[in-house]
Amino acid sequence: MRHGKYRFLIGALAPPLLLYGVFVVSPYAQAFYLALTDWNGLSAEAGFVGLANFADLWSDKLFLSALRNNGFMLLVVPTATIVLALFFSACLTLGGGMRRSGRGVRGSGLYRIVYFFPQLLSVAILGVLFQFVYTPGNGLLNGVLGAIGLGGLERAWLADPASALPAVTAVMIWSAVGFYVVLFTAAMDSVPADVVEAATLDGAGRFTVFRRITLPLVWDSVQVAYVYLGILALDGFALVQIMTVGPGGPDNATEVIGLTLYRSAFTYGEFGYASAMGVTLFFITLTLTALALRATKRERVELA
Amino acid sequence: MNLPSSRRTLLRLSTVAGAATVLSGCVTAGGDKPEQTKGTVTEDNPLGVPEGADLEVVMFNGGYGEEYTQHAVTLYEERHPGATVTHEGLQKVGEVLQPRFVAGDPPDVVDNSGAGRLDIAALAAADQLTDLAELLDAPSVDDPGVKVRDLLLPGVVEDGTLDGTVRFLNYSYVVWGLWYSQSLFDQHGWTAPETWDDMLALCEEIKGAGIAPWTWQGKYPEYMMDPLQSLAAKAGGLDLVYAVDNLEPGAWQQDGMLAAADAIHGLVTGGHILQGSEGLSHTEAQNAWCNGQAAFIPCGSWIEGEQQGVTPDGFDMTLAAVPALTSADALPYGAVQGASSESFLVPAQAANPRGGLDYLRCLFSGEVARGFAESAKAMPVVRGATEGLDLSSGLASVASTLESAGEHVFGYKYRTWYPELAVEVDTATGELLGGRADAQQWADRIQAAADALAADDSVVKYER
Repeated sequence: MRHGKYRFLIGALAPPLLLYGVFVVSPYAQAFYLALTDWNGLSAEAGFVGLANFADLWSDKLFLSALRNNGFMLLVVPTATIVLALFFSACLTLGGGMRRSGRGVRGSGLYRIVYFFPQLLSVAILGVLFQFVYTPGNGLLNGVLGAIGLGGLERAWLADPASALPAVTAVMIWSAVGFYVVLFTAAMDSVPADVVEAATLDGAGRFTVFRRITLPLVWDSVQVAYVYLGILALDGFALVQIMTVGPGGPDNATEVIGLTLYRSAFTYGEFGYASAMGVTLFFITLTLTALALRATKRERVELA
Repeated sequence: MNLPSSRRTLLRLSTVAGAATVLSGCVTAGGDKPEQTKGTVTEDNPLGVPEGADLEVVMFNGGYGEEYTQHAVTLYEERHPGATVTHEGLQKVGEVLQPRFVAGDPPDVVDNSGAGRLDIAALAAADQLTDLAELLDAPSVDDPGVKVRDLLLPGVVEDGTLDGTVRFLNYSYVVWGLWYSQSLFDQHGWTAPETWDDMLALCEEIKGAGIAPWTWQGKYPEYMMDPLQSLAAKAGGLDLVYAVDNLEPGAWQQDGMLAAADAIHGLVTGGHILQGSEGLSHTEAQNAWCNGQAAFIPCGSWIEGEQQGVTPDGFDMTLAAVPALTSADALPYGAVQGASSESFLVPAQAANPRGGLDYLRCLFSGEVARGFAESAKAMPVVRGATEGLDLSSGLASVASTLESAGEHVFGYKYRTWYPELAVEVDTATGELLGGRADAQQWADRIQAAADALAADDSVVKYER
């Protein structure tokens, strides 16, 4: 009954495709169109302005500093998060005494759960919590610095252009590491024990085992992590909006594309211009994803 | 026809159909203006509200609560027994109403306020707002001999006028100045200074008592911009204010403006500000002030309501006008920055715009205004509404400050007219207060942004 099969297939596929079309594809398509207009978000008419919005972007100081700041986060967040997550998951799976090799440091079961905690907090809560950590005067960070005799380093972390962006970036890394520890630990657990054992018998140290065996075998996960973290670093809107001075300050030091876009649309009523930013961000993200996947491409290792 | 080709055709057709629905469902496809029906105009119904027409009120439910707008609903229902009134209080007015404005299906009355409000200038430019002149000339609810216009405090009608037409009316009257604790000052024998020199001398004295003279809401530099621009307005008079608002060349580099910025910068270099204030949120700074860590804080008159749960008993918060900057100021010491807020408007495409106007007539009645002063602890824009009420210490000081200011109430418009400029002003002020820029650099930076804005044809310009 070919006919019935198609009817079933169409029946099963139509609702999700329709939903996807209405709520994902259609807004995207409209954003591309709006980016070419001067729509103010409130009137029923939008005048066509061609590529003028895109041309204006490159002389917009705010947008350029947002690009620069997102660029900084793009350099720091994925690399730092992946290095930390690899280190922690290696400790959880490879660490500990040689005789207990493969089980990780003492209490690794508990650590696996604890590392995941930050992932359970919503971004809004993170932002508010860390705002208290960075508060000048009696904030947690300044308090700790004072207690360990580094009082000279105390400052208004979020109010100083030099430290504001690193402070926000640190929160991003802190909140992301846990998830990737869980991801990498799971990947490392699936590395066959006999391969590791054989290498150990051949006299390989733990670092060599990690570098020559574990890392190549979990490379797929690292690649995926890199793309996800890259997208995270290009966002940062919620944290900046909640935590920073201004927001986006001081002196635009923490301005991110998402914030510039939000402000253009909802404060200035320049929805066309904001859409142009969104479209630009879309292409930047797409390019980076393609680049990251290509640059980190390696030979796949097939395990029996 | 074989199967693959028909399948391909089907797919192609469905793609075309999909694209067509996507494009026709575009966000900008709006409706036409509905026909306005008008009921019979009588003495009881001066605005000609059609009989039995329903009314929808959407308001910002923020610091002032929704008691007063509910109160006006009760009044409206008494006058129009046949109408069903829906009243909704929201936090994010803009997000909910933007699509409704675009679709041509807005409510009949909107209180467009709060952080998530819609850009009123853009709404007006898109021809989405009803002209309120008819309401202003209508007889008031309390006394048919008095027009609604004559009930309002000075500046309210001007605040709501865009390009010569009254587009919205604000309900709450806000006064900006410096706040201090009367009990703390009595205890040390201090008095609020009337000149900036006295202020600096008092700052030294306060420091001697182990208290920081000032703190401010550093995360939002606009809080410190208010005393700065008040000092400037006093020194340079209304000419200075208008030059700034009209984006005149060199407006931000006028002597009065530079002297004011320099005075505020002097608080930083003189060490008169609580350490770390530049990194505090408004709540943190205001709590530090309530806990006695600092003597002065700049703020608008909403601070008393905002700090209700935190203020210690016997704190007696009091508002003082910003001191005079020089001995040759253009405005007297008592002059204050005042403005109205909580913007009520009637959408042009509303189903029952006449009902919307009549609802506002109820809202601006003496009865609702008195209730507002009591429940929201704020000044309503209706004249004499606080007379005979037992006011809290903060609100009483606001009322007396307003009274001694008389006609010398000033306000800047650039923040409402040009939000892009306001963002740059706040960034520059953050740098000034962070000690990373001096008065001249501050002024040059803002002037550059103002000049760029003045040259930008795509931004609608206003003049006063």
